[in-house]
Amino acid sequence: MALIEARDINVRHGATHAVYGVSMSLDAGEIVTIVGPNGSGKSTLLRALIGAVPIDNGNITRAPGLRIGYVPQKLHVDPTLPLSVRRFLNLPKRVSWAKAQAALARTGVDHLATRPLAGLSGGQFQRVLLARAILNDPQVLVLDEPTQGLDQPASAAFYKLIEALRDELGCGVVMVSHELHVVMSATDRVICLNGHICCEGTPDVVTAAPAYRELFGTGTGGALALYRHDHDHSHHGHDHDHSHSHEPAE
Amino acid sequence: MTFLDDFMIRALLAAVGTALACGALGCFVVWRRMAYFGDATAHAAILGVALALAFSISVPLGVLVVALAMGVLIGTLSGEVISPDSLLGVLSHSALAMGLVAVSLMPEARIDLDAYLFGDILVVSKTDLAVIWGGAVVVLGLLVWRWQALLAEVLSNDLAHAAGLNPARDRLMLTLLVATVVAVSIKVVGALLITAMLIIPAAAARLVARGPEGMAVWATAIGVVAAIGGLYAARGFGTPAGPSIICAAAALFCVTFLAGRLRG
Repeated sequence: MALIEARDINVRHGATHAVYGVSMSLDAGEIVTIVGPNGSGKSTLLRALIGAVPIDNGNITRAPGLRIGYVPQKLHVDPTLPLSVRRFLNLPKRVSWAKAQAALARTGVDHLATRPLAGLSGGQFQRVLLARAILNDPQVLVLDEPTQGLDQPASAAFYKLIEALRDELGCGVVMVSHELHVVMSATDRVICLNGHICCEGTPDVVTAAPAYRELFGTGTGGALALYRHDHDHSHHGHDHDHSHSHEPAE
Repeated sequence: MTFLDDFMIRALLAAVGTALACGALGCFVVWRRMAYFGDATAHAAILGVALALAFSISVPLGVLVVALAMGVLIGTLSGEVISPDSLLGVLSHSALAMGLVAVSLMPEARIDLDAYLFGDILVVSKTDLAVIWGGAVVVLGLLVWRWQALLAEVLSNDLAHAAGLNPARDRLMLTLLVATVVAVSIKVVGALLITAMLIIPAAAARLVARGPEGMAVWATAIGVVAAIGGLYAARGFGTPAGPSIICAAAALFCVTFLAGRLRG
């Protein structure tokens, strides 16, 4: 049974249809990436999946008692709110110090526990958000452009971490990204969205699809090769060095 | 004869009760940038006073109902074509003007207007005290009960949704609490200065607090000190009590501001 399933949903923002006729599902252990141009409804779809925006049509079913770990696109912390990283992890449920520390360590930011949230860099902040999201042992991780503002190596490292977390937790992951070439490597299934679903499938299928090329052009081919996994070999036990396999496409 | 027969004791209890109701809630007003929202709700209180007098119901009840209606109205209308601050400006000043007009239509009520605009703490009755302390208990109780959820909602609506909370309901509760505070503090500081009682202690607390709970405790303490200090200053200098309390709070804000600067 799917963890989250959307059937033929419509979401309106005023008079415009942000998302229409979208059906998708997420199973345990798979990583689904939603790509699409700006304003294509990616974030709206994601927020509809977690129940933060009402849908006008269709229906969304979530597995009963589904635990969702959500990493928002950005989190504006008002400077008037004094909040340390540690206290932030206690929201909305209080957790033990050991558990919080373990989550922070898992995302590589355990040294920041006592720092105020407001003083973190973009990359540190994203890892803190991710640590908070994995605290409740989520069945689904939902990430909205989690690497916004990070440079490409940092993004690639972040997506690798997500992949590793998926393997450890066995959770489903659904995320939005527009860094196609970086995110493709860590994805099982891609949904190409432009209000409706233009095409979907494995990264190979989608990047070859005419609808995808129409939206994004073909210029990302070289970079895609650079970051793509070799899916035939094991994900564990050895260090990936993707640049070995890089052969300029042009 | 009880100690409550001393008007100064009653005034002190009223001021301290108001400060208790305002402290922690004021932090949310500051965090969520609801200052103008608080103003609009407080201004609507004058209309509530007029309606209460017209229909011969209790004034705090009339104020509570109208302030709450105003809060809900703002919540419903915001996000439409008009920007939130313009909307608040329209509603806030319209409510105040309508309230003043409505009061003027009732000749027997006109003499009371100053008391409701600026507070008249020296005439609080035992019933007023019961309303103030009852309101403070309700406000503090609900804040403690929903504290974690409210904090999560301050950070992010989506984050709260993802955690299975109902942020819209929590926002409505904050609206209700602000209306309650308006209803209980109108007698103490008056409709025009209620927002100050919410914001100044919380803003002062921000400069010395390191966590949200600490900030709420500091804000409450600062509010209580300002209430007591302001009231004694008012008696000593023969100044109006409500504005004197706000002046004391402003002085404390200056102190924590300087302390915060010195500490770095």
